Amino acid sequence: MLEIRNLHARIAENGTEIIRGLNLTVNKGEVAAIMGPNGSGKSTLSYVIAGRADYEVTEGDILWNGESILAMDAAERAAKGVFLAFQYPMEIPGVATMEFLKVAMNAQRKARGEEPLKIPEFLKRVKAAAASLSMNMDMLKRPLNVGFSGGEKKRAEILQMKLLEPSLCVLDETDSGLDIDALKIVADGVNALRSPDRAMIVITHYQRLLDHIVPDTVHVLYKGQVIKSGDKSLALTLEKDGYAQITGEAA
Amino acid sequence: MNVVVPLPRTPAETALIDGARRPAAIEALRARGLPTRRVESWHYTDLKTLLRNLPADAATPAALPPVLEGSAVLAIVDGAPRIVAAPAGVDVSALGDAGIAALSAPFGADDAIGQINLAHVADGVRLAVAADATLVAPVEVQFRSGRACHARVSAAFGAASRAVIIERQSGGGFSTAVCDLNIGDGAEISWIVVQERDDKAVHLGQVNATLGTNAKLNLFVVNEGGKLVRQEIHARAAGEGSEFRLRGVNLMAGGAHVDVTMTLTHEVPHTSSTAVVRNIVTGRANGAFQGMIKVARQAQKTDARMACNTLLLSDEGGFSAKPELEIFADDVACGHGATVREIDRNHLFYLMARGVPERESRGLLVKAFVAEIIEELDNEGLVEALEHRLDRWFSAHG
Ligand SMILES: Nc1ncnc2c1ncn2[C@@H]1O[C@H](COP(=O)(O)OP(=O)(O)OP(=O)(O)O)[C@@H](O)[C@H]1O
Ligand SMILES: [Mg+2]
Repeated sequence: MLEIRNLHARIAENGTEIIRGLNLTVNKGEVAAIMGPNGSGKSTLSYVIAGRADYEVTEGDILWNGESILAMDAAERAAKGVFLAFQYPMEIPGVATMEFLKVAMNAQRKARGEEPLKIPEFLKRVKAAAASLSMNMDMLKRPLNVGFSGGEKKRAEILQMKLLEPSLCVLDETDSGLDIDALKIVADGVNALRSPDRAMIVITHYQRLLDHIVPDTVHVLYKGQVIKSGDKSLALTLEKDGYAQITGEAA
Repeated sequence: MNVVVPLPRTPAETALIDGARRPAAIEALRARGLPTRRVESWHYTDLKTLLRNLPADAATPAALPPVLEGSAVLAIVDGAPRIVAAPAGVDVSALGDAGIAALSAPFGADDAIGQINLAHVADGVRLAVAADATLVAPVEVQFRSGRACHARVSAAFGAASRAVIIERQSGGGFSTAVCDLNIGDGAEISWIVVQERDDKAVHLGQVNATLGTNAKLNLFVVNEGGKLVRQEIHARAAGEGSEFRLRGVNLMAGGAHVDVTMTLTHEVPHTSSTAVVRNIVTGRANGAFQGMIKVARQAQKTDARMACNTLLLSDEGGFSAKPELEIFADDVACGHGATVREIDRNHLFYLMARGVPERESRGLLVKAFVAEIIEELDNEGLVEALEHRLDRWFSAHG
């Protein structure tokens, strides 16, 4: 279970507070959708969960399976099962995608006390995951995300998620940049990972993603707080009415 | 009037001057001493101060397996050539005194490396690759030394020949090596300098190359060892259509000082050059790259590019880059750039967010920075061998 309690976080560089007393609980097996206007702090929340060093938590706590993760660095959190699919995946020149996948998978296996994967087994897994996402293996011969189209980058994020089998998945606007078919493919990929021991946070602006990945709960983030929570029908209401009414309610 | 009072002689100067085998070769040095930072071409490497004392002798390394498996190995051990069977297509012989006397003289009063080497060198190797020959296997010339050692290679590549030569600098103590390369018309040669001297070693190297018509020289320099290292490159694009390419990787750790200094002259029309040097600086290491591209008045249509990029991994280290263009022709395309940066924290976060621990993530990013230019090498085995060395270096110094 993920429990975020009265979380306050600011940008380390200039002290701007972005997350201002946020509370959120996501149970295992649950898919929670987070929506909210531009600039409300959704990506910031995802970074703070993943452990990006550019933010400071000044108050509150994040517990994953009952354990605070705040003192852990990003790699340690990943080893605990935390995974962030980035809104804007970064291009990393010079780092070969396949080499990176192998290093990442084996680093996590090592942290869990497992043996490194044998090359044939590694290749088998990558091929299977790529095929399920209709990704061309040739793409994986390139440096990490370099020259990938917007949609290809998003697919590559889900590919990594499939391979790393995290237990807490945070997907930040995975639907943006995807064409209609790709949206379906990626959503199927995410749905295939739904399981009783996995918690998922799906950040999105649009109902169309939630048609494919049907959430158990929907939360509205506004000015760094969760101001309204509900079931999947809340997303439909937002789609129809926009945010004005509830942000007005909160004011 | 300007009276220059010579500075008192250092122990190293005394040893180099008094011990010279050919005193005439070291006249300029005798008069002026080792170059200080006031000598422009030595501005970033004040040899007089950095080399006050010659380093102590070290053990001479035993035979080494070649960098690239399957290479033919020629060794110069403590300055003495050991010539075994020469690989097919190459004629190998010892230079001897007569051979050395016939070699080109140092470039001038500031050419400290040329002077020291010529004043002290006892022997060297002459390599001659026949015209039209294609060497099936690379030739690795192993310079192995522990005692003060001065070696010389004179290599002539016949017209349209193809060869990959590895100049391997191993061992410790004080060493100088001067390699003269004459690249015949239409020849395509790769010359790979792998400098892996130990962390107390002082190494001064010089590669002097002349390129004939349509000749191609792919010069790759990897500095991964040494306490005080200067590698000079003096190249002349002397034949039309010739192409010079320098790629340099300087891996600097501890208190190392590594200097790569290149002068490149485009002497005739329609020649091109690219020079890319990538530096990794850790610890208190310091480095410098000086690149001078000269384009002669008649050398129209010259295309010359030069870049020096540094990844600074510590606050105590530093790197200086001084690219210079001296262009007398008017129809040319020349450019240069230099950058110094740290590891991109966004990249670091991305890798760590996938569970790769910080140290390993940094390693991947550092490797990526230099792997980009290693991967340009058109030789898979060599790419692999150099990347493997990179991994090794980083696990020892990262
Ligand atoms: N370095 C910074 N200094 C000050 N404010 C910043 C900085 N970086 C981000 N912010 C602000 O933090 C706020 C939250 O940004 P965040 O990216 O989390 O929003 P979001 O909800 O993900 O928006 P979107 O829906 O557009 O993706 C924004 O107002 C943004 O301008
Ligand atoms: Mg966002």
